[in-house]
Amino acid sequence: MSNIAKAFADGKAFIPFITCGDPDLATTAATVRAAAAAGADLIELGIPFSDPTAEGPVIQEANVRALAGGVTTDKIFDLVRELRKDVTIPFAFMTYANVVFSYGAERFIKTCSEIGIDGLVLPDIPFEEREEFLPICRKYGVALVSLIAPTSEDRVAMIAKEAEGFIYLVSSLGVTGTRDSITTDLTGIVRRIRANTAVPVAVGFGISTPEQARAMAEVSDGAIVGSAIVKILAKYGTQAPEHVGEYVRSMKDALRTLA
Amino acid sequence: MSNPDGRFGIHGGQYIPETLMNAVIELENAYNHYKNDPEFNRELTELFNEYAGRPSRLYYAEKMTKDLGGAKIYLKREDLNHTGAHKINNVLGQALLAKKMGKTRLIAETGAGQHGVATATAAALFGMECVVFMGEEDTIRQALNVYRMRLLGATVVPVKSGTATLKDAVSEAMREWTSRIADTHYCLGSVMGPHPFPTIVRDFQAVISKEIREQMLAKEGRLPDAVIACVGGGSNAIGSFYHFIGDEGVRLIGCEAAGRGIDTWETAATISTGKLGIFHGMKSYFCQDEYGQIAPVYSISAGLDYPGVGPEHAYLHDIGRAEYVPVTDEEAVQAFEYLAKTEGIIPAIESAHAVAYARKIAPTMGKDQIIVITISGRGDKDCAAIARYRGEDIHE
Repeated sequence: MSNIAKAFADGKAFIPFITCGDPDLATTAATVRAAAAAGADLIELGIPFSDPTAEGPVIQEANVRALAGGVTTDKIFDLVRELRKDVTIPFAFMTYANVVFSYGAERFIKTCSEIGIDGLVLPDIPFEEREEFLPICRKYGVALVSLIAPTSEDRVAMIAKEAEGFIYLVSSLGVTGTRDSITTDLTGIVRRIRANTAVPVAVGFGISTPEQARAMAEVSDGAIVGSAIVKILAKYGTQAPEHVGEYVRSMKDALRTLA
Repeated sequence: MSNPDGRFGIHGGQYIPETLMNAVIELENAYNHYKNDPEFNRELTELFNEYAGRPSRLYYAEKMTKDLGGAKIYLKREDLNHTGAHKINNVLGQALLAKKMGKTRLIAETGAGQHGVATATAAALFGMECVVFMGEEDTIRQALNVYRMRLLGATVVPVKSGTATLKDAVSEAMREWTSRIADTHYCLGSVMGPHPFPTIVRDFQAVISKEIREQMLAKEGRLPDAVIACVGGGSNAIGSFYHFIGDEGVRLIGCEAAGRGIDTWETAATISTGKLGIFHGMKSYFCQDEYGQIAPVYSISAGLDYPGVGPEHAYLHDIGRAEYVPVTDEEAVQAFEYLAKTEGIIPAIESAHAVAYARKIAPTMGKDQIIVITISGRGDKDCAAIARYRGEDIHE
């Protein structure tokens, strides 16, 4: 079983997203440990990018704070090395194509593999451009996560058939950020995904409450939460880890009520 | 150049969120259908000729020619188009295409405001809703254009994120498009972004070089020795180059904004100082740091203040077919003043970058040689900013 598969092996998965270096790397490390202890099944570690075009204002601002604090790709690799001494749940990096490309794709992905990164989420790499990184990801055993959106329609089967690790199902149109309600017919999309692959499906974008997480996980294999956690970090700064831990526990508890 | 896969050599591609993939596929299919449709082309030609005032003049700049004492200089007067710049060529094409696709709303980014004004104009003409994203910094630099867009019925959204300039306006327009696709066309203003935009925008701007070629053959019975245009994203430049790419004897020269100099951080000269990267939907050259963070570029010209360059320019650079040269703020301002005093033509500060380079090379060329400079826009919008640059406190 791949490390990512373990995240989905025991009930519905809860996947928090954390922007590395917001407000500093020590807080990120403490937040990751708190989230893991509180029951997170997989953690998406965001490598900040200057111009994150898929993000709403909350995560954009986290990127700005992190970069202003001097975080770099190499410092984040060191953070992961440090975390891997005691944290065993799967990790995926979430970042933008240019961060990987400019580092040297092979050098970046090889390092991911060496330090214990299990997957890579790149919102600006659609199916048509996956050859940019996929052969290297396969070579080093890092899953290149496929995204499926409410507008994917006739593309769902094509993407699902080739998916690895897990499928990131984007809950609604637009950028990341909390939403009052999610109206997309996710059940129909998940049905089409499942007809084409056994790879688990986690839903992200717009989820902030335990009720929303439960509703999303009810029709899929898990829920991904970013902006709601980043807001806690923005509010509490270096004191955030404990609050993120509590939040993760409440979200994971909501998912435990599902079969 | 045929590029069915959306590539220009290694450049181009479609590096965008999955949410937008069907939108760009729909756009590509519609464009492939309409580009050869006689009715579409008849309508577009009529808009070009009757509404935008095409063909634009190819003007022999006699005083400038004599003053510089070398090559004969012609100015391609895109500044005389309706709305005052080449941007209208692309916008009329895309707005007509959007209308045929059943879209009722146009969104756009703008830097100097010329593309925003052109989009607002086309939206007014076609009865479409229009929202323009403009960096907050640029709404201050180009306050008059903000008013023009509002007058034309558009909503102008000041973008505060990042450096609050053109790149941030592009990012915000892309974000807006992912949130509302069904009725909305993203009217991208330059030969950049994901395929098929670099091809569509080039094709609509290629009317510039088609006319230069015909006008030059009619006036001089020969092709020019050099065509010079400014390059931000590169739409007026590719439009000026396109029909000469196969003519090896015609030098194609793109002038990048060097800002305070390519040896400083305050520059926007992408080909001179950038490196290969992936951003805003395309693989091309970008100003960036060693970790791929996009650089906060600078130029006095809001329209050239962009950290990337269109993928076809990156390709023409790679194969050595076109030359890309840096021009500083100071050189551009001097050229702005020079063309005003010498020919009675106030060019956009963007276009002044091309004039500046022509002033350098014309004296080194023979009197039997010919340079065409594309004056991509008019400079009224820049007067207050240039006055301030010269220490005169003028407000619009």
